[in-house]
Amino acid sequence: MASEAKRECCSLARRIRLHCLHMVYNGKSGHIGSMLSTADIYPVLYTQVLNVDPAFPKKPDRDRFLLSKGHGGAALLACLAELGFFPLGWLNRYYCDDGKLSGHISHHVPGVEFSTGSLGHGLPVACGMALAAKQAGKTHRVFVMCSDGDLNEGSSWEAIMLAGQHRWDNLVMLVDYNRLQALGRSEDIINLDPLAPKLEMFGWRAVEADGHDFASIESALKNVPIEKGRPTAVIFHTVKGKGVSFMENEYKWHYGGLTEELLAKALKEVGEA
Amino acid sequence: MRKAFNQELLKIAEKDPRVFMILADIGYGEIEPFANAFPDRFINCGVAEQNMTGVACGVAMEGNIAVTYSIANFPTLRCLEQIRNDVCYHDANVKIVIIGGGVSYGELGISHHSTEDIAIMRALPNMVVLVPSDIVEARAATHAMMAYDGPVYYRCGYKGEPDLHDGKNIPDFRIGGSSLLREGKDATMFFAGPIGINAVKAVDALAVEGIQCRLVSLYSIKPIDKEAIMRAARETGGIVVLEEHNLYGGVGSAVAEVLMDEGCGNVPFKRLALPDVNVTKVGSQAWLRDQYGLGVADVANAVKDMVK
Repeated sequence: MASEAKRECCSLARRIRLHCLHMVYNGKSGHIGSMLSTADIYPVLYTQVLNVDPAFPKKPDRDRFLLSKGHGGAALLACLAELGFFPLGWLNRYYCDDGKLSGHISHHVPGVEFSTGSLGHGLPVACGMALAAKQAGKTHRVFVMCSDGDLNEGSSWEAIMLAGQHRWDNLVMLVDYNRLQALGRSEDIINLDPLAPKLEMFGWRAVEADGHDFASIESALKNVPIEKGRPTAVIFHTVKGKGVSFMENEYKWHYGGLTEELLAKALKEVGEA
Repeated sequence: MRKAFNQELLKIAEKDPRVFMILADIGYGEIEPFANAFPDRFINCGVAEQNMTGVACGVAMEGNIAVTYSIANFPTLRCLEQIRNDVCYHDANVKIVIIGGGVSYGELGISHHSTEDIAIMRALPNMVVLVPSDIVEARAATHAMMAYDGPVYYRCGYKGEPDLHDGKNIPDFRIGGSSLLREGKDATMFFAGPIGINAVKAVDALAVEGIQCRLVSLYSIKPIDKEAIMRAARETGGIVVLEEHNLYGGVGSAVAEVLMDEGCGNVPFKRLALPDVNVTKVGSQAWLRDQYGLGVADVANAVKDMVK
């Protein structure tokens, strides 16, 4: 990864984290841990991988990106705002009366492909988009980001089976594999391990990467689809709450609840100027 | 009726390359012509209705018209959240078609009865609800549904339903319309779906006794033909609504809502629907209708009680 691109991603990731902290505090909302675990993936995805244009969010040949773990949507919103899909000022009214941005991601916001919030919805819809693209001979790709909890849902596995069956190689699943979910450690609730071999057995090509290392993220994503005739899964090993020491790997920050004091501490750690 | 639907869909798909059929391993003996003619626009998702509906939504979001199709509750209740969050919230051009509305699959038991669907589907924003009563309406409703841009729920019968329109087409069939089958002033009977055969028989028997009952097929439950309902309230002696659906939230409720909203709450009114119980008796559709108070005599008596 070029050092300039790395610097750009690093800076964007820091701003995403700062926005998320402010948004969650201002809106008195939660899910901060689920936002922070994805904050390093979006900069690489949106500046190095996806074919998207903030000036034309609906351009027909865009790569589709669906966030299936819609509860972590504030990180995506912050990224989209930073890239100019909509005004940064909208972030200040996240989760607020008459704001434009709800707690779960909505397609009424420019740059957001699909609305989610209930888990297990992203993969099936992404499959439909991949099917339609194949049928029409189009070459754009369909990306969908899932999570541990998202992969508890039966509907996700219905879609995983179908995609493998039909060899939709224009479909790319990104897994924010932070190993925590709402009520505890994933391995104590529904242990997905070993995830990559499972997906391979379902006909996918699965690779793993460090979801907080820009070079690793870029290396995993730059050549997707990895194999002709197979959907791709990129399993990002991430840390819930990444970047804020008292949140990292603490499942209570799935919901969270930031006090003024904790906000100040978190902002300092992330590096607010 | 299902044959009529599949025949019309095939004709539409021949002209419109946007039409996809998205299935969940149901449709044996009916869907093969579509699958053979358009293999690239046909997909069997396996026995997975949530995925079927999500896939259909994704296909539709890319500018296509996606039809999901299965038995009774499978493409509705099994995947209700996908219909609500994915299809309706995105106003996606998905058509949800069920085969076997009401107790069409009588002997198969309650897993294969669709008796709360109208209430649930009409409560969803953006959803149009069509309930054709015979093959004439089934054909017309297929064309109206496919020409409409947005989610539609289409409650089809099963097979061999009698023709209530004497083979005559309905030239003004439209979403939000209704079909007048018999004129009359003493009362009006509204119905939706193939249960209409019992309404036709009852109304014709009443005519012999000198009771002239207007008979209207409300094939469009949402939007509903308010004008036809208000005319019935103004011009006839009372309103009876017949449906093969739970008493709560269905066609009778929809008609009552119109009457109350329009200030006609004082019109004599009676709902004939399946009682709010689980259908535990075993038998054919016709037999079950009789057992649960929707037989021809029940229908005729309801009108008689109103006009006497």
